[in-house]
Amino acid sequence: MLHTVNKSPFEKNALESCLSHAVEGASILLIEDGVYAALGGTSTAARMAEAAKRFKVFVLGPDLAARGMDAGRLVEGVGIVDYEGFVDLVAEHPTSQAWL
Amino acid sequence: MDEMESGVVKKFMFVNRKAPYGTIYALEVLEMVLISAAFDQDVHLAFVDDGVFQLKKGQDTKALGQKNFSPTYRALDGYDIEKLYVEAESMAERGLTEADLLVPVEVLSRADMGALMNEMDVVLTA
Repeated sequence: MLHTVNKSPFEKNALESCLSHAVEGASILLIEDGVYAALGGTSTAARMAEAAKRFKVFVLGPDLAARGMDAGRLVEGVGIVDYEGFVDLVAEHPTSQAWL
Repeated sequence: MDEMESGVVKKFMFVNRKAPYGTIYALEVLEMVLISAAFDQDVHLAFVDDGVFQLKKGQDTKALGQKNFSPTYRALDGYDIEKLYVEAESMAERGLTEADLLVPVEVLSRADMGALMNEMDVVLTA
């Protein structure tokens, strides 16, 4: 299963709900305002660091760049994909779930 | 004669609570701020919660295909809008410091921000 999350973790509980439902080894792609969940040094960083050990976590690079964030600010274990990588993730997984 | 024509100046505050790009709120508030500049009012901008992300340096929207409106915050002083306030706790929760911001601002505690909001005649929040 591929999960996508597009909401800020500081504003909505979409990520929290996703992390509580996803099964071990699932892929989680953070897009749009969801990319803020991947930043280190925040009040949610520890939760994400722990999640990155149980799941494959990615952020969408163009959404990260639009918000003025670079790879150096990400929590360890989080990967960056571009739009082609997004398509690859969708193609690799039989099902996708969007946590809006 | 209405208040605008008689030269009554009110304290306006625009409170930004949303991150840029994910929703249209940040851009819409910025448009309102620019319009308000035409009315010679005492304009204040507050950035709290995810609104602090609007002022993050280095925004690059090329790959996104959306307009990068962040340089506009730097142009606001040209419209005599110079009262920008950012909440310290909101920045800290999001791993940001004043060095991450693209304009000079006054950093206020949450309590001081609340007190400042309370002094306003008009408050618009998005």
